[in-house]
Amino acid sequence: MIGIEKSFPGVRALDGVSLEIRAGEVLALVGENGAGKSTLMKILAGAYIADGGTIEVDGAPVTIDGPKAAERLGIGMIYQEFNLVPDLGVIENIVLGIEPVRGWFLDRGAAAARAAAVLGELNIALPLDRPARRLSVAQQQLTEIAKALVRHARVIVMDEPTAALTDRETDALFALIATLKAQGVAFVYISHRLEELPRIADRITVIRDGKAIETRPIAEMPQADMVRLMVGRPLDAHFPDLPAVPGDAPVRLEVRELAGVQNVNGVSFSVRAGEIVGLAGLVGAGRTEIVRAIAGADAIASGEIVVDGSVVRVRGSRSAIDAGIAFITEDRKAQGLVLGMNVRENTTLAHLDAYSRGPFIDRAAELTVTNAEIAELRIRTPSSEQIVRNLSGGNQQKVVLAKWMTGDARVFLFDEPTRGVDVGAKAEIYALMLQLLARGAAIVMVSSELPEVLGMAHRILVVRGGRIVAEFARAEATPDKVIAAAAGVAA
Amino acid sequence: MNRGIVRAAIAVVAFVVLIVVVNLLTGGNFFTPGNLTNVLRQITYNAILAVGQTFVIITAGIDLSVGSLIELTGVVMAQFANASGLNGAVLVIATTLVGVAVGACAGLVNALPVVRLNLPPFITTLAMMLMARGLAFHLSNGRPVPLNSDAFDALGTQYALHDLLAPLGLPGIPWAVTVMVAVVVVFAIVLNRTRFGRYVLALGGNEEAARLAGVNVGLVKTFVYVISGGCAGLAGMLLMARFQSGSPNTGIGSELQSIAAVVVGGTSLMGGRGSVVATFFGALLIGVLNNVMNLIGIDSYTQDIVLGGVILLAVMAEAIRKRVFTG
Repeated sequence: MIGIEKSFPGVRALDGVSLEIRAGEVLALVGENGAGKSTLMKILAGAYIADGGTIEVDGAPVTIDGPKAAERLGIGMIYQEFNLVPDLGVIENIVLGIEPVRGWFLDRGAAAARAAAVLGELNIALPLDRPARRLSVAQQQLTEIAKALVRHARVIVMDEPTAALTDRETDALFALIATLKAQGVAFVYISHRLEELPRIADRITVIRDGKAIETRPIAEMPQADMVRLMVGRPLDAHFPDLPAVPGDAPVRLEVRELAGVQNVNGVSFSVRAGEIVGLAGLVGAGRTEIVRAIAGADAIASGEIVVDGSVVRVRGSRSAIDAGIAFITEDRKAQGLVLGMNVRENTTLAHLDAYSRGPFIDRAAELTVTNAEIAELRIRTPSSEQIVRNLSGGNQQKVVLAKWMTGDARVFLFDEPTRGVDVGAKAEIYALMLQLLARGAAIVMVSSELPEVLGMAHRILVVRGGRIVAEFARAEATPDKVIAAAAGVAA
Repeated sequence: MNRGIVRAAIAVVAFVVLIVVVNLLTGGNFFTPGNLTNVLRQITYNAILAVGQTFVIITAGIDLSVGSLIELTGVVMAQFANASGLNGAVLVIATTLVGVAVGACAGLVNALPVVRLNLPPFITTLAMMLMARGLAFHLSNGRPVPLNSDAFDALGTQYALHDLLAPLGLPGIPWAVTVMVAVVVVFAIVLNRTRFGRYVLALGGNEEAARLAGVNVGLVKTFVYVISGGCAGLAGMLLMARFQSGSPNTGIGSELQSIAAVVVGGTSLMGGRGSVVATFFGALLIGVLNNVMNLIGIDSYTQDIVLGGVILLAVMAEAIRKRVFTG
């Protein structure tokens, strides 16, 4: 892959990446969240089309304009969330799309033989007739590998293959990769588990900000170098100055031994009035789950949530809202907004009883508050009656904020508050957070952008495996320390 | 030019053309006070069902049980009226309450599996459609239950404002029509002016966003099916009053007619958008079509073909309009 470029609206995801994958090797690909690893691999697999650059296979330039083209070229992609059809059996999944037929009918015998041949060659035992949904994660992964091999894959891309495997399953996977390597199959291995790379990889490429920063043999790349290269940039200076938290500021939010249904395993922390606490961690670490549990979006298994000294029984979003907790979700389109409704209707949705007389909505009161928010947040919209689907991403995000500014919330949970918004809107959102602090609010901010966590939080809590594994005051936090704690390696 | 003005102009022109064409086709028989009154009376049942159906469809649901519920509530009401020993207006009101309550309970049964177990409403209301019809046949032994009292005559056959309109040569407004208008007005206000209506639209547009904004989506959904069932009870009441009996097989196909009225009115089956008044006009359009075809003497098989085609055209026109205006 040479000089690959790819842009999404507002984001330059890949900025001329070049990558070389050799037969019979494992190339590790590492980088921060959003560095561009997945985008690059999706281009290789035909899920995205590159804006620029060329791809050569065996020295000949090729065009990959879809998954089928990638498959023909012998490129197999194994996503972190597998692509198996849950109700089809192992055999059917392996031959999916290339089913052997006899006349108009499926040739089940030939399909079984083909699957058995691939699995036998690798010495893998799988329950061939079991539907994919009832396979273990490791078994699903093996099915994916077999699926790639039946299609004569010569390059197999694996995204976080060991994220959900036990140690023993990981050993078995590595043994299998070694076997295939010996047969000349090349692997691209994406992982956040830096400590496992020396065991499996031959070379390593670090991706950062859409560029391939450095490629070395794995033996010449100690973990400390990996972390340094992954972070490797000065902090962006466009964050506003955070006012210090007054020494006598009361504790607004306290979370005690919170455990959720999934991926929240005994979390305790507190946030004071006028303070921003940043939750850092890798994708899947449990940051979003923690704030969702506090906001009542997911059920809580055990633990206590205390707002202003009184224990809140959070059961569902309503109880959290009534307790003064506002939750600005990560995905504004799926969770934050009713896109088909207008600015006014979205702004008042969470506190509609405040703009009603009896069961009836008071349109005038709605208009007053909405127009005030439009002015205060500088939402660029023709009017309060504009459908929010037609607004830009940054302005949509401001409508989400408007919804939570209208109530009397004192605790604000921001999940990826600036994802997908332009620089100008970003600065406005930061300014708004400062305003909230001045009003005495407590803020918890989840962000995958390390500079944002370092620049916009008084304290940083690092989350891994649904637990808080490290805490840094703003002054002592460095990118290396946070990344190392998030990845679970010694800095 | 303003889009709203363009659309209004198109609507006016289409309406004028329609009037001219209809008048020519029917030789002037359509635009007589008697016939227009007749059309309104004929659409009452479907319009009332469709109002309830509108709420369900805005939440991206569907209620297939309303046709059967007309029958079940009709039979139950007729039996109640005959056994109650009440008379006059008290009897009518008590019977109506019984019918609406039975329909609302059925709606509750429809809603619970949808809300609690996340089952598709298509299935739960299909089950209710079968059960309610079976129960109606069971209770009535498969025969219409004639009403003993004549207290329902007023609703079934008589006119409001008769004395006022008689000098103008008009028969007055059928009582059933006044009930329909009241239902349309009340539920238009509920949908457009109340918190509940806003929540219905919000959860239809984005259920997760509504939930995270503190909307009790389970409760709102439940009420939507209860409203639909209650509307079916009311429609069952009017039908029973019209035929002076509660019959176990008068509602077959009504659920599809009501869905057609909602869709022709422009409400999206994907949820999130919809209007009670538009639904009323959808029911009116279907009623006018049926009436005109009857006046022209088109046989009922052909009528079905035309009606199906018109529904398809209406939905396609709406889809194309949306593409043109948002593209």
